[in-house]
Order: sequence, then structure tokens, then C-alpha cells
Amino acid sequence: MENSLDPAPSLLEVRGISKSFAAVRALQEVDFTLRAGEIHALLGENGAGKSTLIKVITGVFPRDAGLVRLGGEEVAPRSAKAALEAGIATVYQEVNLLPNLSVAQNLFLDRQPMRFGIVREGEMRRRAKVLLADFGLDIDVAAPLGNYSVAIQHVTAIARAVDLSARVLILDEPTASLDRHEVEILFGIMRQLAKRGIGIVFVSHFLDQVYEISDRITVLRNGRLVGERETASLPRLELIRMMLGRELAETTGARTATSDRLPREVCASFQNYGKAGYVAPFNLELRHGEVVGLAGLLGSGRTETARLVFGAERADGGQAMVAGASIRLQSPRDGVRHGFGYCPEERKTDGIVAELTVRENIVLALQAKRGLHRPLSRREQDEIAKRYVKMLDIRPPDPERPVGLLSGGNQQKALLARWLATSPRLLVLDEPTRGIDVGAHAEIIRLIRELCDDGLALLVISSELDEIVTYSDRVIVLRDRTHVEELSGEAIDVTNILGAIAADGAAMQEARA
Amino acid sequence: MKGLSPLLITAIVLVAGFAACAVQFPNIASTRVIGNLLTDNAFLGIVATGMTFVIISGGIDLSVGSVIGFTTVFVALAIERWGVPPLVAFVAILVLSAAFGAAMGAIIHVFDLPPFIVTLAGMFLARGASFLLSTESVPVTAPIYSTVSDFALRMPGGGRLSAIAIIMLAIVIGGALLLHLTRFGANVYALGGNRATASLMGVAVGKMTVKIYMLSSLFAGIAGIVFSFYTSAGYSLSAVGVELDSIAAVVIGGTLLTGGQGSVIGTFLGVLIQGMIQTYINFDGTLSSWWTKIATGILLFAFIALQQGLVALARRPVAKRVGAAP
Ligand SMILES: Nc1ncnc2c1ncn2[C@@H]1O[C@H](COP(=O)(O)OP(=O)(O)OP(=O)(O)O)[C@@H](O)[C@H]1O
Ligand SMILES: [Mg+2]
Repeated sequence: MENSLDPAPSLLEVRGISKSFAAVRALQEVDFTLRAGEIHALLGENGAGKSTLIKVITGVFPRDAGLVRLGGEEVAPRSAKAALEAGIATVYQEVNLLPNLSVAQNLFLDRQPMRFGIVREGEMRRRAKVLLADFGLDIDVAAPLGNYSVAIQHVTAIARAVDLSARVLILDEPTASLDRHEVEILFGIMRQLAKRGIGIVFVSHFLDQVYEISDRITVLRNGRLVGERETASLPRLELIRMMLGRELAETTGARTATSDRLPREVCASFQNYGKAGYVAPFNLELRHGEVVGLAGLLGSGRTETARLVFGAERADGGQAMVAGASIRLQSPRDGVRHGFGYCPEERKTDGIVAELTVRENIVLALQAKRGLHRPLSRREQDEIAKRYVKMLDIRPPDPERPVGLLSGGNQQKALLARWLATSPRLLVLDEPTRGIDVGAHAEIIRLIRELCDDGLALLVISSELDEIVTYSDRVIVLRDRTHVEELSGEAIDVTNILGAIAADGAAMQEARA
Repeated sequence: MKGLSPLLITAIVLVAGFAACAVQFPNIASTRVIGNLLTDNAFLGIVATGMTFVIISGGIDLSVGSVIGFTTVFVALAIERWGVPPLVAFVAILVLSAAFGAAMGAIIHVFDLPPFIVTLAGMFLARGASFLLSTESVPVTAPIYSTVSDFALRMPGGGRLSAIAIIMLAIVIGGALLLHLTRFGANVYALGGNRATASLMGVAVGKMTVKIYMLSSLFAGIAGIVFSFYTSAGYSLSAVGVELDSIAAVVIGGTLLTGGQGSVIGTFLGVLIQGMIQTYINFDGTLSSWWTKIATGILLFAFIALQQGLVALARRPVAKRVGAAP
């Protein structure tokens, strides 16, 4: 799409890029144009080729065909380092920095301030502090990065790239583990950078964010370019059609009427359950055929509640009961024994075994639950794998592919399948739709409703309030590691949830600044 | 900072062990014994310093013992048979061993092979090559050897700090500075943390791998020269198993075998602990010297168990902090 009338000069031009992994054609003759000073969203379904395109541009993967021009000159970086030197800074989807190094070392790795061949540790820390202060973080930069939460690690990775970005900044799903406040800070910084003439590529599955921040959108589908549009003139439905290649069946509509359902049996209940310094004691009743949503800001105690309920963390007070009898819940094993399942937030680091195939990953938890002396036959495994690959639309639909070779979103689907396959009676899902594209997103929400109709008890954590409102029968709102509010029936709507979360939002804001 | 608590434990073990030895044999607590301990373990301290870099970067180097053996033979033959001036022979062997290490590093990186396999091959290669040169022990009579052996700094209390002990201390200090204060050192930790991530963050992983194995082989070469000073001979069977002693010193010194954490100072303490056990056995007189190996084995086991415990402990608070508000 060369356009001589275009006022902004092209900064990064990608022409006719193709890339295959063995038989998989991940990219076919893709063009992409980034102008100086624009924020350009790169969109597409899971597996569309977004991350691959980024890695081809930055030389992490060699390309099969095509060329890349930066500021009019052809460039062919052969490693991430070379791309950095050419002025392209990237936060890759699998950001993970180095948890064993200090925060400061992570920020300045390979470019530390030096004097006489020696790293100026003090100066480096000072600069690290200044850099993170822009993102509203005031932490001990000398401590190992691994001591901090995923969100902080993520912000650190972004800060590093922002500081590095000379001409082009590429962010592959940077907002996946950030809360609203951090996203706003990031957007503010992106706008500033764009004003300075830096071109920014932004990958995300959050369409709201795309419409909020981007000037232009390029859509990929199945490794091919679908088109490039200006955000302002592209209606959302049209965008979704471009991404999916079809209309999206209306799923995120009105809440299902819940009042007409029968009163349900209690599946598990928790009384005064809690742990000092972790989550304040709470009462929680989970019923068969009911979805309980947990809402709250990052760090409000949602994940902590989930871990206590599953047994991944030991409570120091209170009682857990299943079917009216008090149970011991001291370890994940206890949880699994009582038919609990837990799909954690950090699926990529906590769950996935990259070398194993999709099938093996899916049957892993089921096999563990059955015990090693009752192995699943290959036929059973194949059946299970096939069923979930189809149900969750895992692409490519090949159960024998190593999971590590799937795109980020498809890896997450495989892990969701693992827990579903254990047919638990209580399933805890921590951010089940994160990193998953609009199409599959709707599928998962539909699935949650179906599971619940089948009598499963569900406890679902999500940062997307619309989503929680859609499927929850009750919503528990957390703030500062305390369960502060329970909404049910007609009271469940975004405004009410926000109200409960933000009751002392102003104070939080101040604490962070 | 990095690996401080395992380091502290190593230091405590050393001090407590030394105190216990001194209670039984008061003579142990003299600069004379300490001077000898440093001299006897000079070559080990040097290779173990190189090994520390390799292990922190997530690798392993099994070839160092053989490189020491080859070096002693090469140096002895060059000086005694081929008439090469000693200093030229030293420079030649250091260049050769550095090149050998660089080649191993390049193979590991380019063919993406496990360092264990590549350096195991290197170990056989270097040992085999030294047998090719000579199967006999070749005594070295060059004057520089007696000069070096005679040189020593007097320490208060009558101890002697020999030239090779000084070389070792210099290498340990230099290694510690290199590891903890330079960009190269930070990259070594980065590689050990996660190679793929380090590469995405812009670390030149290939070059680093080559440099790290080059450094280890170079230090093995220096250790070989020191060893030939120590024994005044070159012998193809010398320093068999030193690679394992040095790995033991590194691990006892608090470096994680999986990489990413550790320190040169810890390794030095690990070498001293092994030397202390050796000294104790010498003083006792009735114990077989194999008890050194047994004691080292037990210590090694204890330290690995300890590290696992510490790692598990370190994980728990992280789990708690997940999702914590910044
Ligand atoms: N290293 C690899 N080896 C083999 N195939 C790969 C590899 N990396 C990606 N693929 C395949 O290339 C295709 C594109 O994947 P890519 O990661 O670019 O998708 P994506 O658009 O980033 O998706 P997501 O939104 O899920 O992150 C997928 O079919 C994936 O299975
Ligand atoms: Mg991706």
C-alpha cells in the first residue's frame, strides 16, 4: 500500500515477507507499513502470525522471502541484538526477563553505564529508579527481579524497551497482565514517544485498548495480510469480520436469566477462611451450576483467594467443607482429590510443558489424577485430545504438535483443556480469556456457561468486567485483600462492580503515585 | 548480593571446620600450614575460578583436567626436548588452550549441543593428545623453575606465600572482579538465567559462549603451568579428575549447578575447604588420603541438599507476592 499522498513518511516498511516452519506457512507475502509518530495496532486471531512477523522483522527468525526497510534503507538484522542496534526495540510476547538478575541489571543489560571497563552500579541503579518512576513504580532496583510480581516484571520489560527505542518500539501483547491504571500509564508514555516521532507497533486482543490508542490497524489472518485501515474509520464489527473472516456469533450479549434456575446444591463452602498477610478471612459458598466471579484490581487478593480455595496455599484459619463435611485442604493434591481444578494465571510459566505435544499436555492432569497405575490408553488420549482441540478450536488442529510451537493464545487454550479434561466438580479459572482472540474469547464464555449448566461449580477471576457480568451468577468484589462486596442477580452490572472496586480508588491512586 | 546466603554458610563451614581442626591439632593454625595449603591447591583454585564462570552461565567444562595434563607435558617437552625458551612455551600453550576452549564454545553454540557432551569429547581429546606427546614423566630442569620454586613472600609466623599461591590469589581476585563488576560478568549471569531470554534482550549469546569456554580453558592452561612448577615435571596422567574436584569446589562455594547464581569468592572458599580436609588428613597420619574424597562427597551432598532447600524457600515468598500491588 504505497501511498505518495500520505503526509507521514514511512519509517518501517515490510514488503512481501514469507516465513514457513516446516509445513506450517506462518506468513505469506505480508506487507506492513509503519509511519513515524504513529501507533499502529497489529491484529489477528491466535496463530494469525503476529508474533512471527515481529520476530522476522527483528531477526529472531530468519525470513524466507521479502525485505524490510527502516527509514528507507534496507535492513536485515540477524539477531535481536542487531535489531536493537538498528533502532528497533521490542517487548516480545514471552517477555520474561531474567529473574536471577537485579531489576537494574535487567533494565540495563548489555548497556550498563561504564567507567574504565567497570559497571557503575550506583549510577545504573539511579537511572533505573528514574526510569521506573515514569511508570509509577518505586521499588528496590537492587533486588532480584524474580522477587516481584508478574505485573512488575512486565512493566520492567516495557520500561527497558521504551528506554531502548530509538526509532521503532514493538510491543507484543504488553497489556496482558497489567491493570487499568498501569495500562493508562503505558498509553501515556506511548503517546509521548509517538509525539517524538517514534513509530510504535502494538499487538493486543483488547479491542477497547486498540480503539483507544491506535491511529491505524493492520489485520492478519492465517499468515496473510487482510488489510490496513485507519482506526477512526473502521467500525468495530467490520474489524472483527476482518480478523475472523466471518461474522461473530452474538455471544457477549445480555446476561442469562438466572432467577428461573432451581436453587442449587452447595459444592464447597469456606467459613472464615483466610491467611494472615495474604487474604483476610472470608466466607464463600460455591454451588453446583453456578458461576461466581471474582472482581477487583490487580493485587486485590483475587489470585490469592483462588489459591486458597484450590489448596495451593494453606489457610491459617477457618474451615473448608465439601458436601457438608469438613475437609483437609493443605496442598494442590488435596484439592485435586476433592475434585477441584485450578487453571492458574501464569499459564505460560506455571503449566505448559513446551516439548510435549498438545495431546500429552491435555491429558497430563487427568493422568495424574488417575494415578500412574491406571494409564490412559492411547485411544482414550486421542479421543480426549481431539474433543478439546475441536471444542476450543486449537489451531493448527493437530494434537501431535509440540505445544511450544503453537502461538501464545493457542498454548493457553491447550492448558485450559487440560483442566477441563479432569472433569472437576469445582473449577477455578484465573483470567481464562487473557491473550485469547475475540473469536475464541466468545467460545470460552459460551463454554463457561455450558459447563455451569452441566452442574460444575465455577470460580472465575477476570479483569474484564463486561465478561464477568456476562456469565456470573454472583460477583465477589475484592479490595486490599479483603472480600468487600457480594453482588447477585440484578445488582450485577459494571457500574456496581466499579463502584465497589473504586470505593477508595482515590486513596489507591495516591498510594501508587 | 548474589548467592550471599549460601556463601555465608560456606564461610561458616570453613571457619568452624578450621577451628575444629585447630582444637585437635593446634599446629594447624599457623601461617606455615596455610601457606602450604594455598600452594598445594594453587592449580585447583585457578581452574575452579574458570569453572565458576562456566557453571554460572549454565554450562559445564569437563575438559579442564585433561588440559592441565596436556599443558604440563607440552611445556616440559618444549623446554627440555625442543629447546624452546620457557616464556615462549608458556605463551604458546596459553594461546593453544584458549583456542581449544574457544573451539568447544563455538561447537556448543553453533550445533546447539549439550556442553557436557562437547567438553567430555574435549576431555578425551586433550588427554589422548598428551599421551601422543609422551607417556613418560618428563622432568623439567630449566633454571626458571628453581627460581620460581624458591621465590616466596615471608608471612608473619614463618609461613611462605609461594609464587604459585600468589598467581592463584591474583587470578581469584581478578576473576571475582571480572565476574561481579563488568558487563561480561553480568552477561554470564544472564546466560545462566535463561539463554533464549538473554538473546532476546540483546546479549550476543554465541560470542559469550565462546568467550566463557575460552576463559575456562585459558585458566586451565595457566593451572597447567602452575602445576608443572609445582611438580617440576610434565606427565600425561597428571591432574586426572581435577575437573570433578573443581566442580565440587564451585558447588560447595554456593554456585547453583543449574546456573544463574554464584560467586568466585565462594569457589575460593570451596577450594580452601577441600584443602583443609586434605590438611587434616595429613596431620592425622593414620587416615588414607581417600578420606578427602569421601569427606568432599559428603559435603557436596550436604551443600546440594542445602541449596535445594534455599531455592524452595526463595520460591515461597515469590508465590505469595504474585499479584501484589506495586
Ligand atoms: N517456532 C515455531 N515453530 C513452528 N511453528 C511455529 C513457531 N512459532 C510459531 N509457529 C506457528 O506459526 C503460526 C503463527 O504463530 P504466531 O505466534 O505468530 O501467532 P500470533 O498471531 O502471535 O498468535 P497469538 O495471538 O496467539 O499470540 C502458528 O500456526 C504457530 O503454530
Ligand atoms: Mg503472539
